[in-house]
Amino acid sequence: MANADTQRPKARPLSPHLQIYSPLINMVMSIVHRITGAALYVGTLLLAGWLVAAATGPEYFAYVNGVMGSAVGLTVLLGYTWALLHHMIGGIRHLIWDTGRGFDLASVDILSWGTIILSLVLTAALWAWGLGVRGGL
Amino acid sequence: MSTTLRPTPSPTEARIRTPLAKARGLGSAKSGTDHFWLQRLTAVANIVLVIVVLAQIARLAGSDYVTVKAALKSPLLSLPLLLLVLSGMVHMRLGMQTIIEDYFHSEGCKVLLLMLNTFFVILVGLTCVFAVAKLSFGA
Repeated sequence: MANADTQRPKARPLSPHLQIYSPLINMVMSIVHRITGAALYVGTLLLAGWLVAAATGPEYFAYVNGVMGSAVGLTVLLGYTWALLHHMIGGIRHLIWDTGRGFDLASVDILSWGTIILSLVLTAALWAWGLGVRGGL
Repeated sequence: MSTTLRPTPSPTEARIRTPLAKARGLGSAKSGTDHFWLQRLTAVANIVLVIVVLAQIARLAGSDYVTVKAALKSPLLSLPLLLLVLSGMVHMRLGMQTIIEDYFHSEGCKVLLLMLNTFFVILVGLTCVFAVAKLSFGA
């Protein structure tokens, strides 16, 4: 918590920021990790809403179920599932890095591509399984 | 934690650090590595709990009221769900705190958002706990 704004500094050259660099996969995955984290934060309202609906009664639950089962609702839930899995797999990548391993360029690329690919595959698999259990939409 | 991960203090740092500061090991923020550690601890807990809870909820999605109510009454779902809410709320509060501290630099704005962050997390968390408790114990 530095109070740097107490003295107005002279205009100084700034170091290059995001728009200067061409995107690399690990950089993109880092940004996505933060975005998915923030989305999951807001998305906990979905879980709370669903639980409150179940605790309130059949009419309200049917209403919430209808909203979540609509095209918009299903799209949001699909995105939420992906955000959760992406953040989880990206988190595991960070836990590996926390041990001091996997910092060479080849490993960084594998871990970063693995995060995006595995998150998409697992999301598809989970939804296919969930829909299969229910017997379709 | 492995000692190899710890950066070697520079000669200057080694000179200006008092022995008491070294013994406390809390650094300039005075909170030590609590934020870092809690974020990792809850991350590991979340991995296990998300897998357990998500598998059950994916099967429940779209089910009718009676089925969902019965499932939420079962401790096989409600217990990991409550644990996930607890661990998840701590984790997301720390994460959002980092985001706020990264992007909001005026003290007033930052402090206000940090307060709202805590309020939001406790509100959502207790709402979930209340709903699950009502389903488990009540009508």
